[in-house]
Amino acid sequence: MLIPCPHCGPRDVQEFSYQGDATRKRPDPASTDVHAWHAYVYDRPNPAGPHREYWQHIGGCRAHIVVERDTLSHEVLGAAFASDLSNQGGTRP
Amino acid sequence: MVERISPLGAAFRPGRHGNLTAGPGVQLAEVTPPAIVEAAAWPGQKEALARAVAGATGLALSALPNAGAVGEQATAFSIGPHRFLVTGGDDLTARLTEAVPLETGTLTDLSHGRIALRVAGPRAEWVLSKLFAIDFAAAAFPVAEGRATAHHDVLAQIQRTGPDRFDLFVFRSLARAFWESLCAASEEAGYEVVR
Repeated sequence: MLIPCPHCGPRDVQEFSYQGDATRKRPDPASTDVHAWHAYVYDRPNPAGPHREYWQHIGGCRAHIVVERDTLSHEVLGAAFASDLSNQGGTRP
Repeated sequence: MVERISPLGAAFRPGRHGNLTAGPGVQLAEVTPPAIVEAAAWPGQKEALARAVAGATGLALSALPNAGAVGEQATAFSIGPHRFLVTGGDDLTARLTEAVPLETGTLTDLSHGRIALRVAGPRAEWVLSKLFAIDFAAAAFPVAEGRATAHHDVLAQIQRTGPDRFDLFVFRSLARAFWESLCAASEEAGYEVVR
């Protein structure tokens, strides 16, 4: 499996470290809604198909990236710097 | 300043080794420069940092991914989205500190934390391809460009400093183990360890 790092170009998956689901939305830190926090911490849809996830290019440029990956075929559909996405109002881990 | 000692120790064995039927295919050397500095830009400041590093070193340095520059007294190459590895003489850190304002980025002196190993010769691409899963062909990895990659867990920041010459910057504490791997990988091509 190759991941196209936005800085380095395509690299072997062994250079990357999985950092988790990138579709979660953290509740407002001031929130005391137990159900919202439970859902944030524990609930995972585990889709069979396209999925957004955080990876870090730990054996390379060390950037955190968001990868769109098909969990059935491991086909990578896209990758972008996580910092760019969060600066555009995207999700934060 | 504390004097630096090569971490390669007894593993550094000058002379010719391995399969020498076609002569040594690569020369291996330690080429640690007097100063190694990591320059990191704040978000949106990479172009400004590249200009500042260029001004301090006399290099024509671009802010494009993987870009680098090789000069007589200094080298620099991109090691990440906002970061460069810069090498030079004893005054490099002072020059960069003067050239890079606080609002542009930060500098970290790595002179005691990294060493540079040089792999040169007609089989350099072949030998390095055994260790790293990146394309070393000249079309994919032009002279002066840099790559950040890893051999197992040993991070290596690599700059192509000539048509058949690569300089590898590795952590000092892992350098001897990496050097032994490099020598083993070079045996097939035959190698000469030079001072």
